[in-house]
Amino acid sequence: MKKVLALMLATVMAVCLLTGCGSTETPAQGSSNSDTKSPAVTNSTSTTSSADFDWKKFEGQEITVLFSEHTYADAVEEKLGEFTEKTGIKVNYSSMPEGNYFEKLNVELSSHSGSIDVFMTGAYQSWEYATAGNLEPLEKYIGTDLTSPDWKYDDFIPAVIDALKWDLVPGHAVGSGSQWALPMGWEVNILTYNKRILEANGIKPPKTAEELLEAAKALKEFDGSGSYGLAVRGLPDWGTIHPAYMSMYSTWGAKDFEIENGKLVSKVNSPEAVAMTEYWVDLVKNGSAPQWATYGWEMCGADLGAGKAAMMWDADRGGYTQNTPGSSNEAGNMAFGMVPYPASAGKTEADMKSNLWVWSMAMNADSSKKEAAWYFMQYFTSPEFMLWSGVEKACTDTPRTSVLNSDAYKNSVAGAEGYYEAFSTISKNASIFFTAQPYFTETTTEWAKTLQYLVTTDKYSSVQEAMDELKATMDELVSDLEVE
Amino acid sequence: MAAKKNGNDKSEFNTVPFSTRVRPYLIVAPSLIITIGIMVPFAMAIWYSLTNYSFKLPTHKFIGISNWVNMLGDASFWGAVKISLLYGVISTVLEMLIGLGVAILLNNLNNGLSKVLRVLLVFPLMIAPVTATIVWQLMLNSSVGIVEKLLNKFGVYNFPWAAAPGTALMTVIIIDVWINTAFIILLVLAGLQSLPKSPFESAKIDGGSAWFNFTNLTLPMLKPSLYIALLFRFMAALQEYAVIFALTKGGPGDSLMSLSLTAYQKGFKFQKFGAAIPYILVLWLIINIAAKKIVKLQRTAQKQAAGLEE
Repeated sequence: MKKVLALMLATVMAVCLLTGCGSTETPAQGSSNSDTKSPAVTNSTSTTSSADFDWKKFEGQEITVLFSEHTYADAVEEKLGEFTEKTGIKVNYSSMPEGNYFEKLNVELSSHSGSIDVFMTGAYQSWEYATAGNLEPLEKYIGTDLTSPDWKYDDFIPAVIDALKWDLVPGHAVGSGSQWALPMGWEVNILTYNKRILEANGIKPPKTAEELLEAAKALKEFDGSGSYGLAVRGLPDWGTIHPAYMSMYSTWGAKDFEIENGKLVSKVNSPEAVAMTEYWVDLVKNGSAPQWATYGWEMCGADLGAGKAAMMWDADRGGYTQNTPGSSNEAGNMAFGMVPYPASAGKTEADMKSNLWVWSMAMNADSSKKEAAWYFMQYFTSPEFMLWSGVEKACTDTPRTSVLNSDAYKNSVAGAEGYYEAFSTISKNASIFFTAQPYFTETTTEWAKTLQYLVTTDKYSSVQEAMDELKATMDELVSDLEVE
Repeated sequence: MAAKKNGNDKSEFNTVPFSTRVRPYLIVAPSLIITIGIMVPFAMAIWYSLTNYSFKLPTHKFIGISNWVNMLGDASFWGAVKISLLYGVISTVLEMLIGLGVAILLNNLNNGLSKVLRVLLVFPLMIAPVTATIVWQLMLNSSVGIVEKLLNKFGVYNFPWAAAPGTALMTVIIIDVWINTAFIILLVLAGLQSLPKSPFESAKIDGGSAWFNFTNLTLPMLKPSLYIALLFRFMAALQEYAVIFALTKGGPGDSLMSLSLTAYQKGFKFQKFGAAIPYILVLWLIINIAAKKIVKLQRTAQKQAAGLEE
């Protein structure tokens, strides 16, 4: 009897070992814990062929998607029916304005209820969400049998896809570690100018920072009270720092943080940072909107389109959308420049840098329908969808190389003078120039407030004093971060 | 004897239908549930203020009064208290004065124009504050705003409005007054129309002036209604969030960072919930003290209006 029991026990143990006793998880259903040491994305080829790929594998499942209202989101919404038809997965789609989107998302994710499966995010926000364990690492799905072979991971522009990879170590550059999100579109921050207004005022499109300052000052009230030279953002949040300011800041050679003795140390009071900020304050005070401190990207674009601002330095698509026929009073008059570089600081065109923003989609680590969510993500980041949205739906900042190089795409943006040249040139020097760290929102909010004080008050006797105080604040905010 | 009495009580109890016996509990139940519904989150808020609860952390732990000490030692907290109080007091006083004046005019006009105005004046209340603020933002915009064009005729150019710390508070108060004065008008108008006619008729026979009527008849009898309007508006103004957020997000700098906005920023933007809660609890304390004082004044005024107290 004992021998029979021993044999039975041995059999059960052997079966358990072979089948992974107690676990029915596929690789894709693994732990959602963000600190799982997942292998980096190296394999982009699935073992199945495109024709064999089973799009109906998760038919009947239902997922919930939360997006920020945007051109990219509009394109996705238009194709939801086709996605459901192809996969049998029902999508509960909702979107809300960008103003409060991330706050709403913070609440949803922190509840760990898995109430949303897929959501829009940006690279900067993913640093906070990934650190908090809210994001599902995507290498569990990329290159597996859950991915269609024609999805092509390697087709993403390297700088863009790498911007969404991070190893969770504060201070470490993006580009290594887990893939936390997939790009929907990306934006470089370049100068858009109104050809008509510049020509009428005898001003050449500025190429250097000095020429930009001169032009912006010369164009003050070019069309009476309220008209001005250069539209840039000014609200007290990260949105003011990341486009034009950070691009110029990086081009000038300044950095936000450096690692010293295992700690992040703010460098916003370095000579380069102070010189650049002095320039910026002068530029805004004398060449930007009188109500700059209340300006977000919407107001900047509106003034450019209304012909009240002669130039705008912001996301490329901000200018592009004002130029499409019928979109604004000044549609057709826009042209695109690059990043004005500070010649007086010894910089040349080769030093031009554009901080980039990547609208992306990510998967909630608490989702209970991760495979269906992954199907949604791969469908709406596929080359086929992105070619359609890039050509037909004005999603011009395509993250896919194949789309960027296609004749259909080139023809669709040909009407915007200098756009393709600027986008493709700046793309080579575009990256995220912020240091990846989980207090991004707080540090950049304090930074933007300091700029507001410098422009609108006499609180500080000098830019150096303001930046010294900002450095102390930023150091305090990141003081609990340990850097390897 | 006692045993017999108890026995009688029991039999009497048994004869009372079940539905009658539970009725008192059913009547009290909604109030009890609502009270629990209010007190549980309130107690949880106090608890969270003593923790490091953050959306960024998987768990939270008790950290004593650190959040409170940090808040009290932060200059921005005292700035937020000052802004909340200034906003609350100035906007409420302006709305009360304008609302009272307009309500009296409408009450005295009592013609077709008055009826049309009563409908039109309520419009701002029907618009969401965020929408109203965006409309005002466009009107005040120095590039395309109608107000800027109007000011240009008087030689004023590029008035900064909400874009400068010196004028930002004034701007948000103007918008608040535009949105909420209609609420005061409605309440005061209802109060005016419920006043008894006979004292005014007697005063008319005795030759009382309009000022005499207002100070000795209208105002004393209207005071209970005024205090009710004051209570609602002051409480809401102290909590103000929508107008400021939509217009400047609290800027320039910290110039419009009220207690509500600071708590929102810390809690939902920076995801430090434990650190945000003390700001809200301080706001609750301020509102509680103010509300109790106003309610006391209202009761006194009511008794005086009824002739029960001098």
